[in-house]
Amino acid sequence: MSLLLQHVRKSYRQPEGDLLPVLGIEHFELARGEQAVLLGSSGGGKTTLLNTISGILVPDSGSVIVDGRDLVSMPEVVRDRYRASRIGIVFQTFNLLPAFTALENVLLGMTFSGRTVDQAFARELLERVGLGHRLHHRPSRLSVGEQQRVAVARSLANRPVLLLADEPTANIDPANQDLILRLIRDTCRDHQVSLLMVTHSMEAAEQFDRIERLHEFNHPELCHTGAAR
Amino acid sequence: MNLLLIAWKNLLQRRLASSLTALSIGLGVMLMVLVLVISGAVETAFTQRSIGYDLIVGPKGSDLQLVLSAVYRIQPPIENLPAMYLDELRNDRRVVTAVPLAFGDVTEDGSFPIVGTTDEYFENEYLPGQKFSFQSGGQRMVQLFDAIIGADVARQNGWNKDDRFSILHGGAEGSKHDEKFTVVAVLAPTGTANDRTVFLNLDGFYAIDGHEKPVEEIEKRLRDFYAADADRLQQALTELDDYRRQLDAQEQTGTPAVAPRAMQEVTAVLIRTRPETPFDAISFSADLQKGFQAMAVNPIRPIQRLMTNVVGNVQKALMVMTGLIILVSGVSIFVSIYNSMSDRRREIAIMRSLGAGRHHVFGIILAESALLCTGGACLGWLTGHALAVIASPWLIRRTGLLISPWNISPWELTLFPALAILGILVGFLPALTAYRTNVADALSQ
Repeated sequence: MSLLLQHVRKSYRQPEGDLLPVLGIEHFELARGEQAVLLGSSGGGKTTLLNTISGILVPDSGSVIVDGRDLVSMPEVVRDRYRASRIGIVFQTFNLLPAFTALENVLLGMTFSGRTVDQAFARELLERVGLGHRLHHRPSRLSVGEQQRVAVARSLANRPVLLLADEPTANIDPANQDLILRLIRDTCRDHQVSLLMVTHSMEAAEQFDRIERLHEFNHPELCHTGAAR
Repeated sequence: MNLLLIAWKNLLQRRLASSLTALSIGLGVMLMVLVLVISGAVETAFTQRSIGYDLIVGPKGSDLQLVLSAVYRIQPPIENLPAMYLDELRNDRRVVTAVPLAFGDVTEDGSFPIVGTTDEYFENEYLPGQKFSFQSGGQRMVQLFDAIIGADVARQNGWNKDDRFSILHGGAEGSKHDEKFTVVAVLAPTGTANDRTVFLNLDGFYAIDGHEKPVEEIEKRLRDFYAADADRLQQALTELDDYRRQLDAQEQTGTPAVAPRAMQEVTAVLIRTRPETPFDAISFSADLQKGFQAMAVNPIRPIQRLMTNVVGNVQKALMVMTGLIILVSGVSIFVSIYNSMSDRRREIAIMRSLGAGRHHVFGIILAESALLCTGGACLGWLTGHALAVIASPWLIRRTGLLISPWNISPWELTLFPALAILGILVGFLPALTAYRTNVADALSQ
């Protein structure tokens, strides 16, 4: 199993001092190589969930088990390194570092994992996403679609077991949306990487076999709809 | 990719701001290098055993002025001594060598100081254990208007053996003498004031038209100088009377008058006492101190006094000032990096989301700051020495200091580690800001 969430609770303290519950997940799991989409409206806690799964945020209670190890019980420095080596993240806004070329952005993902930086694999990933000819271009010289493809390549640089995609097609023109989505799904499938994608686009969600809905209310919970196509 | 490379790439991304910040450090370091180069030249010039003689004898007056004029040739002479006194010194049993120096004039080209002396000057050591050698020529000053020139004079004026030159009178009027002098030898570089000196045959120096003072003036000086030595005064006055008669006859018969020893003067006398009896120098100096005619000065002491009381303090003040300039530049690095931190929160959060630990982002910001400081230091160090190379000929001409533009002071070796530490210190607070960045917040912005 790639991901297992149990009794995960997360609240934010409001300026008035009250706690605002954002997440309340009893049980959620994602098998190795499985692909799921998470639907939810804005402010529904989707990003908080992804940040919690990736270990950027620590839940108030519960466990977040990625590839057999609980992130919550890890010291921060171990969690950071574990995130680098086991979890890939694709952001809505690509989040490429402007000072670095496409290849360097991919290599940067490897740098912090503690593993040997594998230039050949980084090149291979970029070639796979169709950017073999743009290796040394900075993000400012790439189109929006190309930037997101670099982000996809970067997220796979450390051969993760889990890929988290936060509305990866939201900032892309319709012509490229399908292309990027297919690229993410195919690449994950080829590398046996589990995929959890957050989106509010029904059109994108319909391409997945497993669709989950994150309801927005005071006691949030993750409902397994079992919807299938 | 390592943290240093990541830091370097980040600096390149903000290349204008980075360059300006490094430049501010560079300017401070450049000033410090220039101060160190000049201080080094001053210190080398004034702290080494400056001359291969034990004492310098000159008229009563400032001992510092006597040393600066006789050894460093950067001060006008005090006054002159009768040449007869040189003969007395030579007869002193404690004196092994007494070399006369007469100066006051400068060359027409380059304004190099002129020193009239004898060949003995070149036979003796110019520094302890160092003897003169010649890079061209090598013959002695046989003819009246023969000259031996220092290495810098030859280089700067493009003079070589057999070249001819004119000299200017050193007085206020600065008029050109009619005589032409011929270079018979060029000294090899010595690293001393000899390199920028033109030496003339002492007899030739006396023979220059206008160098001979009126007999009445000489008589007055001799009466003052030998006021306590009636025999010598009488001898001198007799020579002067005889000379007056020759001058009268010259007007009537045209037979040239020959100036007697009493008419000749020297500006200073370099003395070496017997090496086997080191107290000779002290007793000789003390004897002269008792009289009122002349003084014997140890060439080191006045300079040490000058270094300790004046030059050393000025050097320290300059060093402190340039240190402060560098410190202010360090603060500008702090301001520059600290101000950029709010714009870079997202960048830092992205790196954190990619797995960079807090210590990684902390290290990257520190590395950026240290790179700016050391990069600026390299720039300033090179510019400082390059400027010293460009300015050294002018400085040598103006000050007489023998500046070695690439001479590296031990202080400079500490400059780079010190600036790396400064970089780390000024980068600490911004790095701490990066360390504390809330990743989730910064990513959601």
